[in-house]
Amino acid sequence: MDLVQPATWAEALTARAERPDLLPIAGGTDVMVDINFDRRRPEGLLDLTRVPETATWSVDDGVLRIGAGVTYAQVESDLADLAPGLAMASRTVGSPQIRNRGTVAGNLGSASPAGDAHPPLLAVGATVEVESVRGIRQVAADDFFVGVKRNALEPDELIRSVLVPVTGAPQQFAKIGTRNAMVIAVASFAVSLHPADRRVGTGIGSAAPTPRRAPQAEEQLAGALDWDGRGPLDPSAVRRFGELVADAADPIDDVRGSAAYRRHALAVLAARTATWAWDQHRTEVAS
Amino acid sequence: MRVRCTVNGEERVADDVWAGESLLYVLRERLGLPGSKNACEQGECGSCTVYLDGVPVCACLVAAGQVEGRTVVTVEGLADGDLLHPVQQAFLDAGAVQCGFCTPGLVVAVHDLLQRHPRPSDPDVREALAGNLCRCTGYEKILEAVRLAALRAGGDR
Ligand SMILES: Cc1cc2nc3c(=O)[nH]c(=O)nc-3n(C[C@H](O)[C@H](O)[C@H](O)COP(=O)(O)OP(=O)(O)OC[C@H]3O[C@@H](n4cnc5c(N)ncnc54)[C@H](O)[C@@H]3O)c2cc1C
Ligand code: FES
Ligand code: FES
Repeated sequence: MDLVQPATWAEALTARAERPDLLPIAGGTDVMVDINFDRRRPEGLLDLTRVPETATWSVDDGVLRIGAGVTYAQVESDLADLAPGLAMASRTVGSPQIRNRGTVAGNLGSASPAGDAHPPLLAVGATVEVESVRGIRQVAADDFFVGVKRNALEPDELIRSVLVPVTGAPQQFAKIGTRNAMVIAVASFAVSLHPADRRVGTGIGSAAPTPRRAPQAEEQLAGALDWDGRGPLDPSAVRRFGELVADAADPIDDVRGSAAYRRHALAVLAARTATWAWDQHRTEVAS
Repeated sequence: MRVRCTVNGEERVADDVWAGESLLYVLRERLGLPGSKNACEQGECGSCTVYLDGVPVCACLVAAGQVEGRTVVTVEGLADGDLLHPVQQAFLDAGAVQCGFCTPGLVVAVHDLLQRHPRPSDPDVREALAGNLCRCTGYEKILEAVRLAALRAGGDR
């Protein structure tokens, strides 16, 4: 096993093309667990932590670009206003030590159905920017997760950044686990309001082979919200929203919870987060 | 592979490092610094917590080569010779050390917390220490140790 440490993004892309046998490593919070436990023995590691270009974020024309090297700790501290849903989810990841190292790009690289960054990225309509020596591609988060722990990356591609629309409107995230820290979600849910075009975005975690949206629920809630009058949410519409979110899931029974529990939990999470988000929207507009 | 880094203020060199090896292994087995403990090797217990470029991380999840040219501070680097760091002293005085296996990681995590929040609330402490498991104390004594260390540091002001 060897270690390749590119010093620039261009070098990283070249190394990725020449050595597809190398496993990229960022924070190492997934990769090193696999190596420590002998679950994975790659031919070598491609260390991305020395590439300065990806360690930063910026905003351009209403879109937040989060470099692949940005950690959860940075998202929590710097991006709470620009990407509130992702920041909320980041706060629930692992422990401070894990958040100091782990990256959103690493979460996307692992593409676990339980990855906490995924629901808010789906809900807000984020785009994953991937690059190889052949060029740059933009993959909608919705198209990025292609199977259990499988993503849309080609063997010579790296995740360069995540593009998150800055909506300035409420986003919420909620996660069910046995305690407050250090838990893989039993089920999670993110909702994003888009008042400018009267849309609602959703993201479901840990309740299907991949993270996924609930398109019917999105349409139903968008149609039920009183965008003009900003009136209160109709309780039956919120309940219906929860049901449609639960219907969109395809959960399994496992050690963390049964499929039935996950569906129930999702309906509750969806109703709660939608209510929080809408109430927030109403008070923000009023004040 | 050779790895060079600064550990507890000294330039250190580790030779014959395997690319998949962790920083924790390098510290304990190659650099003679067994303070950081190896309990889970999966980031769950925090007993291997060290500072990497000033930020607390699980040494078991850092690939050795990733620390090339970087700065590491372990629990061994906190005391001033024989004089324990106030956080270490508070752990002893509060009875927060039983088997001691979790202590080095907790000491580093608390050291970091008190630098950032000299007067943390109990929820702040619980949040900051969420990644450090202790099988012995039931955590109450650890919370007392943090309060004691914070109080003593405040007394100096
Ligand atoms: C104790 C513990 C608790 C955890 N808790 C949570 C939790 O609560 N929620 C959660 O979602 N996750 C959790 N995780 C999992 C992990 O922390 C996350 O998945 C994290 O986002 C991984 O990021 P990383 O930078 O450490 O990735 P790495 O481990 O470095 O890499 C992960 C994967 O992504 C690939 N990769 C990394 N960067 C790129 C890139 N730029 N381009 C292409 N591929 C890339 C790697 O090859 C690898 O396949 C936890 C892990 C541990 C050890
Ligand atoms: S040994 Fe590193 S967290 Fe447990
Ligand atoms: S004192 Fe034994 S594990 Fe904490």
